[in-house]
Amino acid sequence: MLFASSIVRQLRKIAGRDAVLSAREDLMLYEYDGGVQRALPQAVVFPQTTEQVARIVKLAGKEGVPIVPRGAGTGLSGGAIARKGGIILGFSRMNKILEVDVGNQRAIVQPGVVNLDLSHAVAKHGLYFAPDPSSQKACTIGGNVAENSGGPHTLAYGVTVNHVTGLEVVLPDGRVVQFGGKPAESPGYDLTGFFVGSEGTLGIATAITVKLMRLPESVATLLAIFDSIDAAAQTVVALTSEGVTAAALELLDGWTLRTVEEAMHAGYPMDSGAVLLIELEGMREAVDDQKAAVIAVCNRLAREVRVAKDESERQRLWAGRKNAFGAVGRISPSYYVQDGVIPRTRVPDTLRRIEEIAKKYSLTIGNIFHAGDGNLHPLILFDSRDPAQMERTLAAGKEILAYCISVGGSITGEHGVGMEKSEILPLMFTPSDLDVMQRLHDVFNPACLLNPQKIFPMARSCRETNAAAHPAAGLAFTQGGPA
Amino acid sequence: MPLSIEPAPHASCFSAHDRPTWELYSTCVHCGLCLQQCPTYRVLGTEMESPRGRIYQVMLADEGRLPIGDAFVTHIDRCLGCLACQTACPSGVPYGHIVERARAQIEQRYHRPWLASWVRHFVYAGLLGDYKKLARWARRLRWYQHSWLARAVRASGLLKLFGLAPMEALAPQVSQAFSFEDFGAMFPARGERRGRVALLAGCVGSVAFDPLNRATIRVLQANGLEVIMPEGQGCCGALHAHAGRREEARTLARNNIRAFEQWSCDAIVTNAAGCGSAMKDYVDLLAGSSEDSETAASAQEFVKKVRDVTEYLAELGVRPPAHPLALRATYQDPCHLAHAQRIRSAPRELLRAAGVELVEMQHPDYCCGSAGVYNVVEVELAGQILEEKMDDVAATSVNLLVTANTGCMLQLRSGVARRGLPMQVKHVIEVLDEAY
Ligand SMILES: Cc1cc2nc3c(=O)[nH]c(=O)nc-3n(C[C@H](O)[C@H](O)[C@H](O)COP(=O)(O)OP(=O)(O)OC[C@H]3O[C@@H](n4cnc5c(N)ncnc54)[C@H](O)[C@@H]3O)c2cc1C
Ligand code: SF4
Ligand code: SF4
Repeated sequence: MLFASSIVRQLRKIAGRDAVLSAREDLMLYEYDGGVQRALPQAVVFPQTTEQVARIVKLAGKEGVPIVPRGAGTGLSGGAIARKGGIILGFSRMNKILEVDVGNQRAIVQPGVVNLDLSHAVAKHGLYFAPDPSSQKACTIGGNVAENSGGPHTLAYGVTVNHVTGLEVVLPDGRVVQFGGKPAESPGYDLTGFFVGSEGTLGIATAITVKLMRLPESVATLLAIFDSIDAAAQTVVALTSEGVTAAALELLDGWTLRTVEEAMHAGYPMDSGAVLLIELEGMREAVDDQKAAVIAVCNRLAREVRVAKDESERQRLWAGRKNAFGAVGRISPSYYVQDGVIPRTRVPDTLRRIEEIAKKYSLTIGNIFHAGDGNLHPLILFDSRDPAQMERTLAAGKEILAYCISVGGSITGEHGVGMEKSEILPLMFTPSDLDVMQRLHDVFNPACLLNPQKIFPMARSCRETNAAAHPAAGLAFTQGGPA
Repeated sequence: MPLSIEPAPHASCFSAHDRPTWELYSTCVHCGLCLQQCPTYRVLGTEMESPRGRIYQVMLADEGRLPIGDAFVTHIDRCLGCLACQTACPSGVPYGHIVERARAQIEQRYHRPWLASWVRHFVYAGLLGDYKKLARWARRLRWYQHSWLARAVRASGLLKLFGLAPMEALAPQVSQAFSFEDFGAMFPARGERRGRVALLAGCVGSVAFDPLNRATIRVLQANGLEVIMPEGQGCCGALHAHAGRREEARTLARNNIRAFEQWSCDAIVTNAAGCGSAMKDYVDLLAGSSEDSETAASAQEFVKKVRDVTEYLAELGVRPPAHPLALRATYQDPCHLAHAQRIRSAPRELLRAAGVELVEMQHPDYCCGSAGVYNVVEVELAGQILEEKMDDVAATSVNLLVTANTGCMLQLRSGVARRGLPMQVKHVIEVLDEAY
């Protein structure tokens, strides 16, 4: 269903002729993101200023059409998909670093700035932006804010919310508001913290004030090699109970590390059962002490512990981890990345459970995860041409998440709920919990025009507008997961 | 991952011949990690102009959801073929093979406006396929470049009026002598003999970069290599293959394989990154054609020997030059060397051996916008990509910009001229030649 030409004309008037897409051929290129859901938008607009964003939002309100913000479209839960059609607001042309305040270690950026570009731009001042999702060479800071993204170094430095102090937000009625600012704390409700992680359902971030961290004086990267995944998992538990504070602690199982090694030549031994990639950061002396402690703990169960000799070896070890999903893409036509959280102490039994689930559904499941904070990313391989296999994939994914909840964990660590997990949200929360969330949502986004049908289960979300669901959405993978 | 809204309800828009297959494009898991490495995405910011989007369009066309019409052709045409996406992609997507086949489909299934068709035919089938014709036209161009007519035309502003000024600035200065004249000749090794190589002179290389070809021969000789320029060699077919004219490319490939087979040599070298990457891909090119079962074996032998001149010299180890240069320079990675052939350190090693102090620019492997004939066809976009590049170049404040591909040299020269930078643009081999 294409838009009435009057809407397109008005969008062009606001953002410029070449900043609006409305032809079907072009719109089809916005039916996807990094995940497995699909739905066609009716227009895509690339605003360049906050004022344009506000005017577009007002127009959408007047016309009653949904608005969906989009950064780089690397999201894995369908957050940037126009599930009910409407206008996608693409931020690829709103990508300027507005201010770098070296003294106060802050930067103010437009939402389309790419995560790694910010770190590169401030490196000359000895600073960087700490959240480091594996997609950091492509994903945007707007997307990071919306998903409250994390990365390997989340263990030491926290997720995106710990690095955002202020936001300029366009509300669904077109008003522009300011949350927080440069100071780390601001009086009253912490609306900045509340907004981060809202997956584009409360407002549109048009300027973001972020903390910049000092590059550490010293970094050590270690690779602990194990004969079995169980030994690696036990070591994770041991490291944390001994009070070692690693900056990053990542686990790859045997199948995954072999796949990665073949593609990336990162230096992971092909015959090992699992590896732990451990990074220590800080003052030189502290790092040296910690290194000795880590090696001692690992050596109890590890076959070998290697320490990266120089920067290039460090980079190589990390390249393997950061490109792991892609490396799996080399050998399987499709994969479904799950994102669950468990208490660290449950790592060993969870891995055993995943193995059983893989057997039960005759699927290959690779395990790679942020072991330090118990954030799992099981990768389920499937061939999208085989519907039965897709069914099994979906079921296996759900079973893993159910297990995460049963051991006191969560259904998402960092990829968000989006449209993928909205139906299973009630597994985590009581109806009263959900009511509170829903009421907060409605304060900001009462007409449900901003990123509709995300986060909340269909039965709950935006009852009043459900009837007018966009036809294309019915054909998409609407019920969470890659069905 | 070919998941789309409508599960292939229509027949494919592709024909069977030279088709981008599901096996090729389904390796893309649309993660988007390649987006920021793509020059057209960085400038235009749309999915259609991104690697992921281009692959998705190929899938849509194969599923019959997207016709091979103006939109498809525009976005596939705009791809520079720089293969930065291939370097960035963790899934090992063979993007180059996908886009060349998509273009082959366009050639088969899409009617370009008659003028564009005629120009393409004239350039690809006429000039680049036939060295006699190329020499004739090159002489005419040389006459033009040195004539009162060129000055008059420039002074009149006529070119600006027709939007042709950037194009004229990009045209290579035609050399005084052409390399064709040395075909069949043999150049002896100097000092202790370390082997024998056969040089591909290149089509544009022969008429516009003859001095570079001569410098290449001298540097190889100085390193103890005997150099031959086999007779009968021709254009490598890179431009044809990139344009989707795979049959013409195959004819040229077979011709080169035959010409070089006549001589025993340790390596087939080229000083043009684009030619090297095309020749290293002859096996894939010829695999698609039934006539080539016999050529297949010779193609493999041929491909095994192909080396970029910098790659070969670095492998061999260069002799210390007699007059090391005390110079500071920055090096621009040609896309077809860094991304297509994964050669990054060899040219830098040679520069250091020549005594050059390297000052790295930001993003040395970002495309300069040259990409074969791209800068002539997509003038404006290529110009924007070049601007981005020149910002990084200018920030190094050196006065020598070195690269290792002829097309890049032309594009970078026009960038330097446009900014009025006090900077020379040279090939690695020319720098090394000066040091010997
Ligand atoms: C290979 C790969 C690895 C990944 N690794 C990680 C990882 O390690 N950690 C991690 O956390 N994630 C990871 N992700 C997921 C993803 O990259 C992150 O969620 C990222 O933050 C999304 O950024 P984006 O710019 O692509 O946003 P998009 O996908 O475009 O959008 C994501 C959400 O943000 C909203 N949004 C975008 N811009 C704005 C704005 N200005 N205002 C309000 N809402 C907005 C969208 O509506 C959508 O809901 C990975 C993804 C891939 C493909
Ligand atoms: S990086 Fe590779 S797999 Fe990912 S979208 Fe680009 S081409 Fe596809
Ligand atoms: S080859 Fe270059 S221009 Fe073409 S899609 Fe890849 S990165 Fe973009």
